[in-house]
Amino acid sequence: MKTSAAPRLPERHESLWRLIVSPTVWAVHFMLSYITAAVWCAKYVPRSGTLEPVRWLIAGYTLVALGAIAWNGWDGYRRHRHGASELPHDADTPGDRHRFLGFATFLLALLSAVAVAFAALAVLYFHDCR
Amino acid sequence: MVHFLSATSARSRPHRAGAASAVAVLLAGCSGPQSSLDPAGAGAREIADLFWWMAGGTVVVWVAVAWLTYSAVRGRVAEQTARQARYYIIGGGALFPTVVLTALLLHGFRILPPLLAPAPPGSLRIAVSGEQWWWRVQYQPDGEEPVELANEIRLPVGEPVEFILDAPDVIHSFWIPSLGGKMDMIPGRTTRLTLQATRTGTFRGVCAEYCGESHALMAFPVVVMAKAEFSAWLAAQRAPAQAPADPLAERGRAAFLQNGCAACHAVRGTEARGRIGPDLTHVGGRMTLGAGVLTNNRAALVRWLAHTDRVKPGVLMPHFGMLPAAELDAVAAYLESLR
Repeated sequence: MKTSAAPRLPERHESLWRLIVSPTVWAVHFMLSYITAAVWCAKYVPRSGTLEPVRWLIAGYTLVALGAIAWNGWDGYRRHRHGASELPHDADTPGDRHRFLGFATFLLALLSAVAVAFAALAVLYFHDCR
Repeated sequence: MVHFLSATSARSRPHRAGAASAVAVLLAGCSGPQSSLDPAGAGAREIADLFWWMAGGTVVVWVAVAWLTYSAVRGRVAEQTARQARYYIIGGGALFPTVVLTALLLHGFRILPPLLAPAPPGSLRIAVSGEQWWWRVQYQPDGEEPVELANEIRLPVGEPVEFILDAPDVIHSFWIPSLGGKMDMIPGRTTRLTLQATRTGTFRGVCAEYCGESHALMAFPVVVMAKAEFSAWLAAQRAPAQAPADPLAERGRAAFLQNGCAACHAVRGTEARGRIGPDLTHVGGRMTLGAGVLTNNRAALVRWLAHTDRVKPGVLMPHFGMLPAAELDAVAAYLESLR
């Protein structure tokens, strides 16, 4: 028995929802950035109009998104480190389920952070609506 | 043994011929009038460089992964500790792809804004409308009256030219692979594309977005000329059509007007002022007919007039195969004389 299933875990009921927080933040960040730029260019400025306010807004969205992902990732990492178990957390015990879900949350947070950064990088290069 | 050798060489000959043909087919895409890999424009150069870097990078990554796979299955790799294995997985599975994708993304972002930048003020502008299935082309030189032509584009070498693109009914895409990237032509919107040819020559442009029955028959020749030569050509195109010089062409002009061609086509300097089809004022001087479908000559003109729907299925223009052969020949002679 390599795990030391703690008699009482920090969470009474393990939840799958925290697993998808980071990918959801990534999706929302992408949609908001896209829609903001599309509406701005379609409704408020001419074809070659400036993208300046949108760039600042997207920078703001990005900070908020990365903050939320960092929080969710830290939460996952904390659960992954719970107790004294080693990877791959694959024992059929409440403790390893807890750690496994934490580790998966942490990895998805890393992926989502890279994806949010990729989407946000575009505003460093594009200054107008063309 | 002899049998074995001869059998082997007999088998390998078709294989070698097949491989040689495959290589020839692959290499044929690397040059010619319609190849992104044989750039004749500033934008096409950037795109070709990007392609080669990506192709080279792909080969390096593929070889590295193949080598790692081989070592893992067959090689005598020293026993790995769990920690070492984890470094392999994190480094090769996460960090390396992230670094490569980031570099590609940044490079893509860096080359996009110059490709989409407008031409400087005072540059030649050419409005191109994607019709079903031909190209309405209007040259708009700075400070001069526009000149409307069709199905052929000529450009001065070394000068940025801004294309103003739209379409009246369905989506098309304007693409001259040798000169640069492609740009959609969308009904109700105006899109723009700046191209700068870097060498003279004759290239081929195409519609790159499926637009209906004869989408594949919607192309155009592109001629890049020296600046002075281009200006002289445009001045000649601006002039109205010349009157027919011989009796056959004269009969052709009469037949052209009698048979209703003028309802759709314009021949500047005559009463033909139709706007539905291509402007024919200088059609005899164009390289092709039917938007890049037939090489332009008398026989092709007759074929186009008599079998329009067979040459270009679904075309709006009705065929005139019911006319007597002599009349078709006269109309073809007239159109050929419009240089």
